[in-house]
Amino acid sequence: MLTERLLAVLFDGLIFGAWLFLVSAGLTFVYGVLRVLNVAHGSFYALGAYLAATLVGLVVGRGLSPALTYPALVLAALLVGLTVGPAMERLLLRRLAGRDEVTGLLLTFAVLLIFEDVIKLIWGVTPWAADAPYGALGQLKLGAVTYAVYPLALIGVAALMGVLLWFLTGRTAFGKLVSAVIADREVSAALGVDVGRVSNLAFSLGTFLAALGGALVAPMISVVPGISVEVIVIAFAVTVIGGLGNVAGAALGALVVGLVRTSALYFFPELDLFLVYALMTLVLIFRPYGLFGRAEIRRI
Amino acid sequence: MAALVRRMLAIGFKSLILVGMLVAACAPAPAAPTQQPSGRQAVPGAPSEIKIGLVTFLSGAASGPFGIPARNAAEVWVDKLNREGGIGGAQIKLVIVDENVPTDQQVVQLRRLALDEKVDLVIGYISSANCLAVAPVAEELKLLTVLFDCGTNQVFEEAKYKYVFRTAAHTGIDGIGAARYLLTVKPDVKTVAGLNQDYAWGRDSWEIFIRALRKLKPDVQVLDTLWPRLQQNEFSGEISKLLALRPEVIFTSFWGGDFVSFINQGRPRGVFDQMTVLFNNDGANIEEFGKDLPDGIIIGFRGPHWIEYPDPKENPLQKEFIDLYRAKYGRYPMPHGSYHVVQALQGVKAAYEKAIKATGRWPSVDDVIKAFEYLEFDSPSGRISMAIGYGHQAVEPAVYGITKFDPQLGFSRLDRVKVFPVKCVNPPDGVKTLDWIEQGFPGAQC
Amino acid sequence: MRRVFKGLGLGLVGLGLLGAPWLLPGWLLFLLSLALAKGLVVLGVLVLMWGGLVSFGHGLYFAAGAYTVAFLAKFLGVREAALGLLAAALLNGVLAGLLGLFLSRYRAIFFGMLSVAFSMILYAFLLKFYFITGGTDGLRVPIPTVLGFEVSARDIRTVNYFVNLVFGLLGLFAAWRLSRSPLGYLMRGVKDNEVRVEYMGASVKATVYGVYLFSGVLGGLGGALVALSVGHVAPDLAYWTTSGEFVFVAILGGTGSVLSPFLASALFELVRNYAIKLSPYTWQLSLGLVLLGIIFFYPEGLWGLYEWVKGRWRPKSSSKPSI
Repeated sequence: MLTERLLAVLFDGLIFGAWLFLVSAGLTFVYGVLRVLNVAHGSFYALGAYLAATLVGLVVGRGLSPALTYPALVLAALLVGLTVGPAMERLLLRRLAGRDEVTGLLLTFAVLLIFEDVIKLIWGVTPWAADAPYGALGQLKLGAVTYAVYPLALIGVAALMGVLLWFLTGRTAFGKLVSAVIADREVSAALGVDVGRVSNLAFSLGTFLAALGGALVAPMISVVPGISVEVIVIAFAVTVIGGLGNVAGAALGALVVGLVRTSALYFFPELDLFLVYALMTLVLIFRPYGLFGRAEIRRI
Repeated sequence: MAALVRRMLAIGFKSLILVGMLVAACAPAPAAPTQQPSGRQAVPGAPSEIKIGLVTFLSGAASGPFGIPARNAAEVWVDKLNREGGIGGAQIKLVIVDENVPTDQQVVQLRRLALDEKVDLVIGYISSANCLAVAPVAEELKLLTVLFDCGTNQVFEEAKYKYVFRTAAHTGIDGIGAARYLLTVKPDVKTVAGLNQDYAWGRDSWEIFIRALRKLKPDVQVLDTLWPRLQQNEFSGEISKLLALRPEVIFTSFWGGDFVSFINQGRPRGVFDQMTVLFNNDGANIEEFGKDLPDGIIIGFRGPHWIEYPDPKENPLQKEFIDLYRAKYGRYPMPHGSYHVVQALQGVKAAYEKAIKATGRWPSVDDVIKAFEYLEFDSPSGRISMAIGYGHQAVEPAVYGITKFDPQLGFSRLDRVKVFPVKCVNPPDGVKTLDWIEQGFPGAQC
Repeated sequence: MRRVFKGLGLGLVGLGLLGAPWLLPGWLLFLLSLALAKGLVVLGVLVLMWGGLVSFGHGLYFAAGAYTVAFLAKFLGVREAALGLLAAALLNGVLAGLLGLFLSRYRAIFFGMLSVAFSMILYAFLLKFYFITGGTDGLRVPIPTVLGFEVSARDIRTVNYFVNLVFGLLGLFAAWRLSRSPLGYLMRGVKDNEVRVEYMGASVKATVYGVYLFSGVLGGLGGALVALSVGHVAPDLAYWTTSGEFVFVAILGGTGSVLSPFLASALFELVRNYAIKLSPYTWQLSLGLVLLGIIFFYPEGLWGLYEWVKGRWRPKSSSKPSI
């Protein structure tokens, strides 16, 4: 009985952890590159989810093969990443160069408010379902409990995404440019790096990641108003636990939160709500740079 | 050039803010358009229009299932009432306000409606927290306030108000009705589990249901109670645990996004094949679900607020409501926000008309309140009576049924419907719901 | 001549504030009342900003103060406003004293994050212990007595306004004194260069700790005043959006003056209410656009607007153009 439970904790913890990583990777990436705590992340997530629901609806409505719904999810995220991302960086964020981090945060908060209503004006308030990709993968029986394959597959997708991000930031020329810009904008510019372009690309990538999180999660949930605000808190907590700005940290944070929350569900269901915040507080007190972060030397 | 444009923009914006501040500081209330009522003869002293503040969720999680449907229904119904001469010859004008603001702003908005918009009355509030917060303020403002949708039984059980009414039943009927219905379809039920959102409404719903069930069938065993976050949306863990525990029945007060997500995630995993799931309050998305809503779910809508109950053939108002709503929005009115707001409008109209009849002139607030207490009026949800809470709280029968897909309709209809009469699920006037359950439902007539 | 004008202006403002209950329509008075109470919290955020610290968790003190008043009424039957405010100030002082031990070690984004984390724990607590706190339904706060006098329901909002005004002025005075005290100067020093502050023989940690205490007490008082004015407390007082709003208002006002939190608070309440009034279905969009405009055109905040107006009015003055 206990081993069965522990196994279930492991599975559900991984599923929840993958979910968390998908919805928070974009937030931590953008912070890492641009030093902006992007509250509008929630809006991009919601945009990705709504657009995914629309495209999936189109695919299903035309009677096309359900297999086509998977590229539709990615396409939705790409569309958001290629339009909203560059536009927001170019038109809004870039104008804040030289202002402090708080201003950036407040700016993105204003953008969140605006998108809240824009999304409502475009998609209305009735729930959008995108569950075709979810059902098409079928089920899997593990012991007495049936699992849907889609969320299990998300574990793989999340892992793949983590590896790709790690590769992109650590092993490619683009990644090196980004690190240079993070380390010192002015020196990078002086050395001939097109800082504006790098920032624009990086922010667009972050937007894409947020939208991808929304698009991949959309088949499991109902896409309704308010999901943007809900996701920020949880993504923020995961990001902080892993270390702000650190993609690998976010993966670890997601895993830890996923497992802890699921164990609580099994062993102390009343504690649920507390746990994430308590974990975040403890991490901040004992390891302020996150479980995975390294302390930076404070500039004097 | 760009700099010049930016400078002009900046100056323009700054001036705009200044002007805005000035206007805001000394804006007079906009003059009410004087428009002669058409049709029916006006009552002596009747104004040309009666202004009703409507507070409902226009944004946020509760706007989809309850808030916007309520606004839509209110607009349809007000059009209809105005075509028929309004209330005592006065045309109804709605002033709509978003309920999706923090509590202190809720109070500000109510004051603004009363003192700035100068509304004659307010119909509003879906969230229980908001009902509890605004009721004393309505009292202070001496503003007739009709709560239309919120469920908490505390409003009139913990306090007494003169200016506050609620034209929908409180959530007592949902929990007691659920327990009674469960025992009619599954008389031998042994094990239940609770899956409720971790906030006041979830707690209240579970509390009333489980107490009523235990009273009616003391040997029922609770296997687990799970309290996910509100709008958590991801329930893999909860579903796994429930599948392993295998309770016969899951009781849940999920609504909106959580309702849809739980069904989407639970259906492929066999939740709805292996156990009976009982939802106590949300059916707003049944039409959207189409054929994807599993059969065999026990569902209730906080009263008789379903397109077939009351039967449109027997209740002309119900038929009219469904027709008008479909004509304007191309879909059916779904429970319960839409029905509840129409109940409120019907109640207000009936109270005004009764007061007009009694006084022979346009009534004062006190006249309307006197007429409203213990009032009975017709609505698309049947005949509503303000029978408890010292005449301020409506009672309604509880309606529960089991979902069954109907290919002709294109979505699920209710099967094995059972209507529990008013006296079967509502405590008598002056008795608190939980006390009534504890005492074993004295005086219940089922 | 200038002094005469200044005196005249101040006198007019004073008269306006005193006469507000008779000059303003009831809902605007209530808005002003709230703005005064919340202005105190924003002031608490502002004094931390002198040291470059941004507290994204002041909802914690706001809620703690408000619930203190509600708990006193619910469990001890105490409705006296003075006692409620005193208890809120004391309790929040203790709370800030405890949390300050952790927070005074943190800077920049970490200070903000830890303060958010603390406030979310309180939020979860308020939600979870619903049998004490009423959960999301919150708790009622009965009409208070003021210094032992019963206040009728008709007069309570006027009384509330004056209580809030008195505390607003007290807070203003205290913050003004603080800004000119050694502690205030040290706090600004912390922002510029911590090492220099240490070399001067002062303790950075003690400085931040002291200001944080002051800030927490202000937050608690603001919360208690809001509870008394609104008559209901709910967990959303501690939610991150509430805290974010305080920071926003602080930035909106600008860090130039201890007066700006109150002005900004009043302006923010007005803008939000007019957004809700004029575009009920898209008020968040309108509010967001106004906020964007302020961020881009008023980097110095509302105080910058004041300077700009002053500059327009008297072109000779040396205030720099704001673009």
